[in-house]
Formats: sequence, structure tokens, C-alpha cells
Amino acid sequence: MSGPGARTAAAFARAADEQRAALVGYLPAGFPDVEGGIEAIKVLVDAGCDVIEVGLPYSDPVMDGPTIQAAAQQALDRGVRVSDVLRTVEAVAATGTPTVVMTYWNPIERYGVARFAADLDAAGGAGLITPDITPDSRTEWPVAADAHDLDKVFLVAPSSTDARIAMTTQACRGFVYATAVMGVTGARATTSELAGPLVKRTKAVTDLPVAVGLGVSNGGQAAEVASYADGVIVGSAFVRALLDHADDRVAGLRALAALTADLADGVRRA
Amino acid sequence: MSGPASVWNADEQGWFGEFGGRFMPEALVAALDELTVAWQGAMADQAFRAEFDTILREYAGVPSLLYDAVRLSEHLGGARILLKREDLNHTGAHKIRNVLGQALLTRRMGKTRVIAETGAGQHGVASATAAAYFGLECTVYMGSVDTKRQALNVARMELLGAKVVPVDSGSATLKDAINEALRDWVASVDYTAYLFGTAAGPHPFPSMVRDFTRGIGDEARAQVLELTGRLPDVVAACVGGGSNAIGMFTAFLDDLDVRILGFEAGGDGVETGRHAATIAGGDSGVLHGARTFILQDDDGQTIESHSISAGLDYPGVGPQHAHLAKSGRGEYLPVTDRQAMDALALLARTEGIICAIESAHALAGAFDVARDLGPGGLVLVNLSGRGDKDMETAIDWFGLGR
Ligand SMILES: Cc1ncc(COP(=O)(O)O)c(C=O)c1O
Repeated sequence: MSGPGARTAAAFARAADEQRAALVGYLPAGFPDVEGGIEAIKVLVDAGCDVIEVGLPYSDPVMDGPTIQAAAQQALDRGVRVSDVLRTVEAVAATGTPTVVMTYWNPIERYGVARFAADLDAAGGAGLITPDITPDSRTEWPVAADAHDLDKVFLVAPSSTDARIAMTTQACRGFVYATAVMGVTGARATTSELAGPLVKRTKAVTDLPVAVGLGVSNGGQAAEVASYADGVIVGSAFVRALLDHADDRVAGLRALAALTADLADGVRRA
Repeated sequence: MSGPASVWNADEQGWFGEFGGRFMPEALVAALDELTVAWQGAMADQAFRAEFDTILREYAGVPSLLYDAVRLSEHLGGARILLKREDLNHTGAHKIRNVLGQALLTRRMGKTRVIAETGAGQHGVASATAAAYFGLECTVYMGSVDTKRQALNVARMELLGAKVVPVDSGSATLKDAINEALRDWVASVDYTAYLFGTAAGPHPFPSMVRDFTRGIGDEARAQVLELTGRLPDVVAACVGGGSNAIGMFTAFLDDLDVRILGFEAGGDGVETGRHAATIAGGDSGVLHGARTFILQDDDGQTIESHSISAGLDYPGVGPQHAHLAKSGRGEYLPVTDRQAMDALALLARTEGIICAIESAHALAGAFDVARDLGPGGLVLVNLSGRGDKDMETAIDWFGLGR
């Protein structure tokens, strides 16, 4: 295994130095298959993503819309395992790009929280984004993460009270994930008017970078979000690009590269 | 809906020992907190309780009867068996108590729309009924496998004015319907209440649903005392998510001489892997917002459950049952499809009562206990629902009408 990898803070700091937002790209591991997934994520890296989120496919993804559900289901149907997710992390982190795992909670609990933290660290992973737990869910994750200095990325939402935003950001390391809409993942035609105020409320209580996710699908939207956030998170749009070219992998990867370039341009335009 | 706080209750954060809690997206925490405050306020409000009791009495046929199953008991030659007749409630099951409670709370909170998940359609029909009663908009999520299996209940819901949305994702069954209802709720939480169908899910649902169903046991305890002058030796109920069981058990938890028995769906037999016995055949994990016993593979992916009874066909269980099992206060045992169907037929022939297949699991388990106890023993069984909805299954199983 490759040993400690880059943490996300460095990537956000570099973007800030360049007076732009960081581009955070998500794809699930094992989609369309394990090797194909690694190849696709490397395209994201080469075309301009600053941070990578590797999704751990799960049977009951309550925060995901139809696009990411379809990709995760396809990965599960082909037998993707947690060990494949770690293998994907290792391959991606080897590029030097900070790589976090985005995962629902039960697979981590089942794997063993301390064991997962150790194996993630050994694979060069930067940390976890945990969409279906909160810092007050009484999990072992904060302690396990601290033992390896891993990033702990919890979510804040438009419905979060100021007190909960303070509690949540206090528990984060690396960056804070602001969900721009009240809803599930999925590309949206317009960006949300809820995101700006949420980022403002979040930045009022933390110095951590705040990245905005849920719905961004093109450079124009990325530029808009980048005008007030430290990072722009894109997932469903990348998955969609691959799903739309399911019969032609080369064309899918080309579409992925073009979309990434457009988004990378967007985060520099603000 | 009365009784002292019990050591079996959850703490402030919804933890029953090591089980329960709240494993949910931050976006829903505010709504769950709002619901917690509203539910606690309602429980402390005499006017709310009085209105709930009145609606149950005048609209739902509650308190349900306690029935002394003399011929059944004689046939078995064992203990005396008493049946709590929740099958006689409006819409045919204990579920009406839960939905009327939650819908009344929805009105109190000023929300105008309810959503629900349903497996076989019983909770969906009950939710559509409560929505009609209170004039609320209603959307029911139902796995597309189930909308085909349970077309009659889809028609009922639609006749009651509800919108039924088939869910194709995942295994297209109850657990996926819950996922889809949660996705709706994240986006509609301002004006929508989620009427959860069982005593599971994130805090406060397990405790709140228990509060709305515990009348079953409160009534039964008084009825048994009046009829027999003593407490039963055993109280039995079937356990899917656990709402009828916790509703029955709660009144007896502090009666330490009363054995608490929950019967889970053993399907083809726990040893075959095709079952829904999450306590007997699963292990600890997190599903749908709570830590509890679940069916999962080595990677923590949910495994599909199997049972002849759609209402028990769920790969999780309410966290209070997990706690009662772990602490030893409750015993949870599997009952196979065959045992349940045999019990269903025996009740029909000895007493002229066709019960739900879910309830038949409780009966089958109780028969064994009644035989062990022998004459002089007293067994209370929750007959959680009636069997009309299950006639197609019965036709196939018994080869009826051929
Ligand atoms: C008659 C009846 N009994 C029992 C159940 C199981 O649910 P629970 O375990 O929540 O009581 C159902 C569910 O549909 C039901 O319809």
C-alpha cells in the first residue's frame, strides 16, 4: 500500500491561492466496472478536478436521485466489494490528488470503523464524506478518523439551525459539505437560491473551506457557485455523461473530459 | 396511552441501550427535531389524548374485543388462549391506531400533506384512510413488485383519494419504498409529514409509533384482569417492524413474571437463508435511520428478506425490540411459512376467524407455548389483523376453490 496520501486542505488552499474555487468530482467505484471506474476517475483528475470523491455503492442510498442510484446499482449488480473501493482509492490517490470516500454508514460499521480508517489511510485516502450520519449520531468515526488524521466531512443543509451548523463544522476536518438544495442528488437546470445563504451562515462559524454540492452540471453553474463557495462538487452530471455513452466507453471518457474541462473553466471564471 | 416512564424507554436521543438513535441526513434532522417536540407536546396534552381516544372509539372500533378462544384452546389441549381482536378494527388491523395518531399530529403541526411507504398495502390503505378522514393530501410509495402482487390494495388507496407511486429502484419492495419516501420527504418536509408504518426508523418514530399503538396492551391488560382475575403467563405478537408487538408488549414490560414473546417470519426456515427473522437470523447494523438487527451481507449491503407474509417481509426491526431481545426481557423466535399457514387454518376451523398471515405467526408460536404450559396456563395473543387481504395467498397455498 502507498501510505499516507494528500489531504483535502492542501487542494483547497492551492485553489484559494489561485483565487478560484476547487472542483470536487464524484464517481462511484465499480462503475461501469472496477477498472473502468478507475480509468474514468483518472480522466477527472487529468481534466482538472482538484479533489476526488469515490462513492461506495450501497443497497439503500436514501440521499441519491435516479442517476447515481442507477450507477451504484450497476456496480452492485456486477459484484463490487468494499475492497474494490479501497483499490480504487489507492489507484486514484497515487496520482497525488486528494481522494475521499463518500459513503453511507452501514458498510463502514460492518467493515469495522477503526479497521476501515486504517485501511483507508494505508490506501492513501484522505477521509470520508458521510451523508447519512451527523456528528451527534454517536458513531466511532470521529475517534477513528482522528487516530489517522483523516478528513471528516459532514454535511450542512438549508434546514440546519445555526447551532447545528456550529456543532457540525466543529466536527469537520478538511472541508464542509453544504447541500445546496432540499432534495436528493441529481443535475438541476438552475442553481439553488438556498445555497448562497447557507454558505454565508456556515462561513460565519468556521474557517474551513465550504464546498457546495447537489445539482451543478455545467461551467456556468460552476462559475455561479464559485462566486460564493470555496469548492464546487459535481457528481450526477459526471455519471450522466458515462450513462449516456454506455455502449461506447471511449466516447464516454471523452464526454467526461470535456465536461470536466468546462467545469474547471467555470470555477476559474468567478 | 398512559403509564409511568419505563426503563425500557429510549433516552433523549432515542437510544434504547445500544440500539436506535438517529442515522439520518442532516437535511432531515430539523424535521425530526420538530416532530419530536410536537409528539412530546401532544403526549403531554390531555386535549390531544382525549381527541385521539374519541376518534379511535367512534371511527376505528377501539377498544378492540378480548376473545376467549375456548374451542381453539380445547383443541390444543393446553393453556387457555385469549385473542386481542385487532382484526376487528376499521381497515382490519392495528395499523389504524398508528396512522390516526400520526395524522392527528400532522394536523396539529399544520402540515397539509402526508406520505407513507407500504409493502402489502395495509399501512398504505390505513394512511389513505386517515388522510381522507383528516382532509390531507396523501402519496403512498410502494415497490413495483408489490403494486403488482397487491393490486386490490392499490385500488383501495386510489379510491380513498391517495396517489400510489410504484418504486422500481433496488429490489422494488418495501425497503425501497421507504428509501423513496425519505427522498420525497427531504424535498417536501416544509409541508409534508412522513407517516412511518412501523415502530422502526430514526428517533422519534420508534417511540412515537409505540405511543400510538400501546393502547393495544393497555386495553388487553385490563381486559385480561377483568376476565380472569390475573395476568397472562405469556404475551405473544408477530414482529415485522414491530408496531403491533410493541403496542401489545409495552403495558406488560414491568410485569416481570409475564413472558414477552415476539414471533418473526422464519420464511422457508432461518437455516435456508430465505427468511425475515432479523433478530434470530440477522445481526447489528444501521438501516433506515437506526441501529438495530438487520439482514446484511459481509459488506453491509442489505439482504432481501423472504416471507409468505408481506407485512413481515422487511430486513430490519424496530430498535426497542432489538433492545428487549439483547437485554433478555423479550424472546424472539422464528415461525416458518408452513407453521403460520397451519395456524391460520386451525383458527379458521376451530373459531371461525380468518386472521392475517402476519398474525398467524403469533398464533403458531403461541400454540407451542400453550402446549408447554398446559391447562391452567394463560396465553394472550395479539391478533393484529384480518385475513381478507391474504386470500389470494391462501388460495395458492391450500389449493382452495379448485
Ligand atoms: C395485520 C398485520 N400485522 C402485523 C404487521 C407487521 O407490522 P408490525 O410488525 O409493525 O406490527 C402488518 C404489516 O403490514 C400487518 O398488516
